[in-house]
Amino acid sequence: MSGLAIVLMLFGLGLIAWLSGRARAAQLERVTPAAAVRPHSRPQYHGWYVALWTILPALAFLSVWSALSPGLAVQAVLADPAAASLPDNEFVRSAIIGEARQLATGQIAQGFNPQSAALVEPFRTAISRYSTIGVVIALILAFAGAAWSFTRLKRDFRARTRVERVVMLLLLAASLVAILTTFGIVFSLLFESIRFFDRVPVTDFLFGTHWSPVSGNEDPDLFGAIPLFWGTILIGAVIAMIVAIPLGLMTAIYLTQYAPARVRSWLKPTIEVLAGVPTVVYGFFAALTVGPALRSLADALGIAGASSDSALAAGLVMGIMIIPLVSSMADDSIAAVPSAMRDGSLALGATPSETIRKVLIPAALPGVMGGVLLAVSRAVGETMIVVMAAGQSANLTGNPFSSVTTVTVQIVKLMTGDQEFESAKTLAAFALGLVLFIVTLMLNIVALRIVKRFRESYE
Amino acid sequence: MNNAPASPPVGAAASVESRWASPEMRARIRRRYGAERRFKAVGLIAVLMSVGFLAFLLGTMAWSGLSGFSQTRVALPVDFRGSGLSIDASSMTKAEAMAALNQQGLGDLLQLSATSAYGAQGESYFGTAAKESAAAAIYDDPSMLQRQVELVLPATSPIDVAAKGEGDAASEAAVARLEAADKLSSGLDTTFLSSADATDPTVAGIWGALKGSLLTMLVTLALAFPVGVLAAVYLEEYAPKNRLTDIIEVSINNLAAVPSIIFGLLALALFINAFGLCQGSPLVGGLTLALMTMPVIVIAGRNAIKAVPPSIRDAALGVGASRVQVVFHHVLPLALPGILTGTIIGMARALGETAPLLLVGMRAFVGGTPDGLCSSATVLPMQIFLWSDEVDRGFVENTSTAIIVLLIVLLSMNAAAIILRNRFEKRW
Repeated sequence: MSGLAIVLMLFGLGLIAWLSGRARAAQLERVTPAAAVRPHSRPQYHGWYVALWTILPALAFLSVWSALSPGLAVQAVLADPAAASLPDNEFVRSAIIGEARQLATGQIAQGFNPQSAALVEPFRTAISRYSTIGVVIALILAFAGAAWSFTRLKRDFRARTRVERVVMLLLLAASLVAILTTFGIVFSLLFESIRFFDRVPVTDFLFGTHWSPVSGNEDPDLFGAIPLFWGTILIGAVIAMIVAIPLGLMTAIYLTQYAPARVRSWLKPTIEVLAGVPTVVYGFFAALTVGPALRSLADALGIAGASSDSALAAGLVMGIMIIPLVSSMADDSIAAVPSAMRDGSLALGATPSETIRKVLIPAALPGVMGGVLLAVSRAVGETMIVVMAAGQSANLTGNPFSSVTTVTVQIVKLMTGDQEFESAKTLAAFALGLVLFIVTLMLNIVALRIVKRFRESYE
Repeated sequence: MNNAPASPPVGAAASVESRWASPEMRARIRRRYGAERRFKAVGLIAVLMSVGFLAFLLGTMAWSGLSGFSQTRVALPVDFRGSGLSIDASSMTKAEAMAALNQQGLGDLLQLSATSAYGAQGESYFGTAAKESAAAAIYDDPSMLQRQVELVLPATSPIDVAAKGEGDAASEAAVARLEAADKLSSGLDTTFLSSADATDPTVAGIWGALKGSLLTMLVTLALAFPVGVLAAVYLEEYAPKNRLTDIIEVSINNLAAVPSIIFGLLALALFINAFGLCQGSPLVGGLTLALMTMPVIVIAGRNAIKAVPPSIRDAALGVGASRVQVVFHHVLPLALPGILTGTIIGMARALGETAPLLLVGMRAFVGGTPDGLCSSATVLPMQIFLWSDEVDRGFVENTSTAIIVLLIVLLSMNAAAIILRNRFEKRW
């Protein structure tokens, strides 16, 4: 029986439990004279109480069982006489067993290793045996929970309090998912990075200037990430910001200070659309239209080393993508400046543009800077535009028309090639991911702190 | 007034009278007003440039993509008499009939007819798409196997691209010849929306990717929405002010800003390598995107819950509702439009996401539609990425057409969010 069917069946039982619990409570409410004290909980809470006792223990058991049973099945297969001929080599053996499992569950049709075919039958029986055991125990738990909780229903039973306690636990558990995800990210990145740094010293990785990882080669000289960091900074923090800061800031100024309300109510959402366009579309645009155009421009200007997947093409398009982010942060900061400052400046005879340049912008500067930092963090972590438009070769060059590569491009490149999980090449992707995570985290923390302090200063 | 001050100025600095009519003063005013106009113009230019970029981007995609909905067709006289082809349309399904025709040598017959009609190069005019279209036509009207007919069949990619004006010289010449003989026509490409990916651009379609996207979004919604809403309720209504709550808040705010590719690395290490879930499936893709979307829903949900005025809670508590009843009977229904708006926006972002899915193995070529949560699948943005890598000119058009479909879906989702907000959100 498939997992989904079992869960659906459990919920069906839960529904029956809910109905019977509610009916029982309604009956209890009726039998005693109406003049007596009203019961503590409405009938549906009694229903929920029985339903929760039916579903939750069985579900908890099933989730533990689904984690345990594959291991038990493998042990059962190893005890089978067919497994006696398996090679002693741990690695080969686990490969054969994994293949037999995939054959048995129908994930693959044809095995690579002939020995795995012999194990398919034992595997199939073991899996079906353990899943039957799991279903039976889950059903027993469901019925036991239902029966026990049903006997507890009394007229003055405080079902609502108990149900609400479970609801609160559920709410807390949902909030903990965020912490678990954060810990998952930190630990998976750290764990794999440490294994990488066992093979390649941290200093060689962070300060080396030559990047060309090859499968099977663990020479630390090949894992110098400086060219990647430089490419990331050139595209995300320099070129993209040269486009996004002036355009975003001036857009915000025009929309908040000059545009009539009607125009503003149309233009602002229109510009926000730029942020809603998927990055893969920007990437295609950069690779197909902007890149070749810039290359012919460079050739016409006589610039050497021009490439059609240039840093400039990726950076320009990324800058366009970032405009709404800078613009909305600048918008918020300018709006947060007290209107007394603006009015005072205008009253002294300054023109609107003088007020903006000499009063509003200096006053809003911390907020704008925070927005820029957030934009940099966004640009640095952006993947698809650079994967499609920025090239793969790790060059340490300042020429924006030449091809550079970034951290995110290399993560994708390392992870989508030949997948051997143990090689230094694959682990390097996690080390790059760790650096990216730390840098974007720092940028965000600093940016949010600046923005917060800025807001407080005017409150 | 300015020219004639009523009282003599006090103090040394004011002893020089401002003469507003003097030429220097006028020049200065002119300069300042000029600067004002220039500054305003720069602002307007910035806005126009931003809007212009958007228009250019959408225009480019529409220009090169809209032609992808049309298909070039070439007329081909075929003599089925004596070909030996036969099907039993009453007992066979369409797929069976097409397979049977293929086996009986329909392809060879078409190539033969093409050479006799258009000379040696006629072979290159018709490919897989033509064969499928011919088989479908025969299935619809089996009587044509007894006579000579003129079929109108979809052309191969080089002819198709050339007919739309971007092909190589040889294909351009062939198109000119066909046009002169009045054998060329074009029609709506119905297969693009209904077929899966293929190696031949005239056969390839986006239905497989669309269905993959749908399944992936289903998983994402089923996980991210309940968890996000419950977490938002907890943080906004019940969370005590303590260390744990602070950690939860900090991690949600950080997760919202973590680059999407990091989620891909997490999913690869956790779901695929540790849990052994099926690689490249809507299940794993949906789980990954759910982790990304959850913080967005939490943040939107908290804002919506915060906007419900406290008087509602006080009134409910006052008539004897418990704290859980207050939230689930009163606060949540009132906050629901805001939560749904945030959810739609988060889902739209997840639908356009590619980078994390690259890492969990959704990059492979999938030639059919996915039939379950654990079968190998691709999603719409991934299909765009895969096609954009192809060399064949026909795929450039396919890519742009797929982009148009994706943008239409995303824009209508965002429009739905805006309508929902304007229609149902209460201002207190």
